[in-house]
Amino acid sequence: MSIIPAPVSRFFHRMASPPIFYAFVDKLIPWLSLIFIGLTGAGLYLGLFVAPADYQQGDSYRIIYIHVPAAWMSLFIYVLMAICGGIALIWRMKLAEVMMVSSAPIGAGFTFIALVTGSLWGKPMWGTWWVWDARLTSELILLFLYLGAISLYGAIEDRRTASRAVAILVIVGVVNIPIIHYSVQWWNTLHQGPTVAKAGKPSIHISMLIPLLLMATAFKFHYAIAVLQAAKVEILKREQNTQWVKKLIEENA
Amino acid sequence: MKPIRKQRLGLILLMLAGVALAVTFALKAFNENLMYFFSTTDVAEGKAPENSLFRLGGMVVKGSVKRPGDGMTVHFKLTDYNKEVNVEYTGILPDLFREGQGIVAKGRLNKRGVFVAEEVLAKHDENYMPPEVADSLKKQHDAPTRMEK
Repeated sequence: MSIIPAPVSRFFHRMASPPIFYAFVDKLIPWLSLIFIGLTGAGLYLGLFVAPADYQQGDSYRIIYIHVPAAWMSLFIYVLMAICGGIALIWRMKLAEVMMVSSAPIGAGFTFIALVTGSLWGKPMWGTWWVWDARLTSELILLFLYLGAISLYGAIEDRRTASRAVAILVIVGVVNIPIIHYSVQWWNTLHQGPTVAKAGKPSIHISMLIPLLLMATAFKFHYAIAVLQAAKVEILKREQNTQWVKKLIEENA
Repeated sequence: MKPIRKQRLGLILLMLAGVALAVTFALKAFNENLMYFFSTTDVAEGKAPENSLFRLGGMVVKGSVKRPGDGMTVHFKLTDYNKEVNVEYTGILPDLFREGQGIVAKGRLNKRGVFVAEEVLAKHDENYMPPEVADSLKKQHDAPTRMEK
């Protein structure tokens, strides 16, 4: 604990308490929403109206402003879930469990968006909706991992036992993440190699890169809003018999 | 960290290492099957299966696209800048098919060593740029873009 400054460590300890976390999140969400709207507006405007057409794909390439951020989020959320799962297993921290299980449906959604937008782009560009190459297949496995985590959590009655089972599943599945990322380099795939996340300069013109990064940041804020909302609901369900929840309901009645 | 927590952390790391090792061995074992296509060098060196369907990937050699007769049949050469393979295809080509473009074709080798394709897919590369930039790059050096593996 000595390497972490005392105020930061105190903040995290306070946040581990559900009522304090609940109240803090309530205040945070409007600000996150404001930033999200600003970033999405700027990203979509620059991406769809200002950025030039591609030299080969014309306007069809603009689907990357949804496809790529969604695909990045699908990996990002999974890694976050695995970290929360680790914390939940080692420290038995309730809030880590809540964040992990609340993230799963959102991650599944982003994975689904990435798969569908990629497929819509693949038909005119590649000439096919779907191929069983390493990138597409490993991303599909990621969707099944998310769905597995959601159903496992639903299948076990006790929320704390269920969380521990989900944590183990999520941590085992994390080996798929580097496979997805490096699949395009380790094997011959129909999917192209990395454009931005690679050593050296990104192979995308700066006027197209800026809206992409704006959208990627906007998606991060969207995830933050969605997961905090879901976490609030999950906390209320888990703590429904406690004093502070009863008080909260009375105040809002 | 309390001893019990250290023990749990150890168990998690052990589990992760075990799974990673198992997956690595599995992927190594199926390495060939995970390749979506063979390169033209593989085919020229006889590594591709004979008398069975497989996929071949490469760049369309500039100036090699020919249409003998007035049918839908196209002849072209594919290359990985090492060895070339002749390809024959009858059918509709995808939008991105052009000389210098990466493609993946599914088909089989005939007796003369020509790859007879049943399906042709365009492989997009990882480069995105406006047309003006592509034009000026082209003027600077007329080299074809490298195909990313």
